[in-house]
Amino acid sequence: MKGNEEVAEKSPENGKPTRAGFHPVDGMRDWWARAPHWQRYGVYIALIIGALILPAPAIGSFMSPESDWTTVLIFPVGVYILLAIGLNIVVGHAGMLDLGFVAFFAIGAYTLAVMGTLHGWGFWGTLVLGIFLAAMSGVILGAPTLRLRGDYLAIVTLGFGEIVRITATNTDAIGGARGITNIPHPEPMFGTEFLLDPAPYYYLILAAIVIAIIFSVRLHKSRVGRAWAAIREDEDAAELMGVPTFKFKLLAFAIGAMLGGMAGVVYASKAVFIEPNNFPFILSATILAAVVLGGAGNLPGVMLGAFLVAWLPERFRFLSEYRILIFGGVLVLMMALRPEGLLPSRQRKAELHEGTGGMGAMGAEVAGPDSEASAEVTK
Amino acid sequence: MLQDLQAQFLGSTIGGLVAGSIYALIALGYTMVYGVLRLINFAHSEIFMIGTVTSLFVLITIAGGTAPITLGVFGMIAVLLLIIIASAAVSGGAAVLLEQVAYRPLRKKGATRLAALISAIGASLFLQELFGLEIIEWITDKSGRVQQNAPRFIPHEELFHIGNGVVRTDHVFVVVGAVIMMIGLDQLVSRTRIGRGIRATAQDPEAAVLMGVSIDKIVRLTFLLGGAMAGVAAALYVMEYENTDYRIGFLLGIKAFTAAVLGGIGNLRGALLGGIVLGLVENWSSIFFGSAWKDVTAFVVLVLVLMFRPTGILGESLQRARA
Repeated sequence: MKGNEEVAEKSPENGKPTRAGFHPVDGMRDWWARAPHWQRYGVYIALIIGALILPAPAIGSFMSPESDWTTVLIFPVGVYILLAIGLNIVVGHAGMLDLGFVAFFAIGAYTLAVMGTLHGWGFWGTLVLGIFLAAMSGVILGAPTLRLRGDYLAIVTLGFGEIVRITATNTDAIGGARGITNIPHPEPMFGTEFLLDPAPYYYLILAAIVIAIIFSVRLHKSRVGRAWAAIREDEDAAELMGVPTFKFKLLAFAIGAMLGGMAGVVYASKAVFIEPNNFPFILSATILAAVVLGGAGNLPGVMLGAFLVAWLPERFRFLSEYRILIFGGVLVLMMALRPEGLLPSRQRKAELHEGTGGMGAMGAEVAGPDSEASAEVTK
Repeated sequence: MLQDLQAQFLGSTIGGLVAGSIYALIALGYTMVYGVLRLINFAHSEIFMIGTVTSLFVLITIAGGTAPITLGVFGMIAVLLLIIIASAAVSGGAAVLLEQVAYRPLRKKGATRLAALISAIGASLFLQELFGLEIIEWITDKSGRVQQNAPRFIPHEELFHIGNGVVRTDHVFVVVGAVIMMIGLDQLVSRTRIGRGIRATAQDPEAAVLMGVSIDKIVRLTFLLGGAMAGVAAALYVMEYENTDYRIGFLLGIKAFTAAVLGGIGNLRGALLGGIVLGLVENWSSIFFGSAWKDVTAFVVLVLVLMFRPTGILGESLQRARA
């Protein structure tokens, strides 16, 4: 969230003369790739301090003059970032299109709501259960459907999201359309009570985000991450080279779902009240938009995208009714101007210029003098 | 349960055919665009919504309000044709505009289909809110956020019975109208020069260009035809269900897309089959589980069909000759 802006601002200061054709983002990346350990850890520490002091009222008065800044930082900002990190694993790393991601978020939230209100479970136990259930539902959805590619998978996942929402609406045992109230707060820890004050929740979600980032980065750099990249590039080739594609796709799906479920549990603990309408399709679409807008596959980009998508509508609340209209227009405009996202991953950007990037170019594009990509016409 | 089934089966079948015809008409737009561009045109549902609002506008203008009006047989057909033409024209125009604004710039840049999908979702949100906030209110003088009622101009008279199922006048109009449009489109795509261009582009855009097909023209035409079909579906929908809403496109759009996938996306006859199957299954299932679970059944059927036939019932084939 805040982190990306800070890093972006640092780039001119790191001693490099700004020369013609110097690209601030790429330049920063070059520096980062060569930076010695102490510089990297310096940036990490600066980011953590930045994140810790972020709820300060001085920042809040500018960032969110119309609603409580710390609350905004939890929902939507924190939750969106957590969800985007999860969805990025599915869409950005493994190249699968998931339009029903909100289902896992809902499963996490409902786990806490049901276990907390009916069975008196505490937050931490439910967090583990919620993550487990979300992962399980990811496997249950994924196992039969991951044979499907691209758009077929998209529509099946969309259907799954709707199935979960409608089921929650029609099942009276979990509150039906009225939802569930009195969801328990987390137990006090480190001498902090989780009650009405939003600050502890902010640090809770911050901790969750940090864990998710570490998890996501480690995975991306591991053998698993390379397998995902191979699947994203060319599934058939990956299979022929001995990558068990189905296994890794299912793994990506389950891990994405786990992070979604984690976001759900954390969200529900703050929300106190949830209802099926909290989990509409449009939330899936918004998170996907955040991932693509930021630059699918690149974690800082994805987090920047999620931050912007969550924060801008809050910041411009005075436009009240027109927020969503403008949001829609901005999405169209942004995609026309920067189809690869704000901070694209270098690898994916290169793929896009080759025209062979994961999702494939639009069918009827034919390479012409004014187009950068040669078309991928067969599928 | 079994008695319910016996008592309601034929009635549900008729309801399913009516709903299915409308799904199928909307599905044609998804399937054509997908066949040519390999793109889920998520904003197609809003094209349908625009069609329903256009029909509503024409009907309110004619009737001077939302009270039912009585017409002779020729009057009914004339009004129906009028709303079909108006709504097809506006929807087709809107679809062409949508392609121009939201997809063409991306196509020219060689963007991924993922970027195009986000652009489509953006356009969909934009259109929905535009109508919800401004246009519907401007047309009806009522808040655009509430459901709008349309005047009835075709009486819901019982024509004849099939067993214990009742066939009404409006059912006949919907099914006949939809079938005529679908046969027309099928013939257009499989027999005319324009249709050959569309099929060629769907099969291999590069080769099509080398053979002198203008891709831009074909894409625009595809959007125009798909949009017009959604417009016809919208007019029939307003006639049959007599209401609309700025968010109406969402559920109907998803259903129609489901229908397209079910039949085999990119395949016009598949869209017809998928639409009818979906409408029937939905209505039959509501006998067992109640209508609240109708939408869940639709998606479960989709998952099941795709598990066994990953490219839909008839398979993908706008390009393959005559379908």
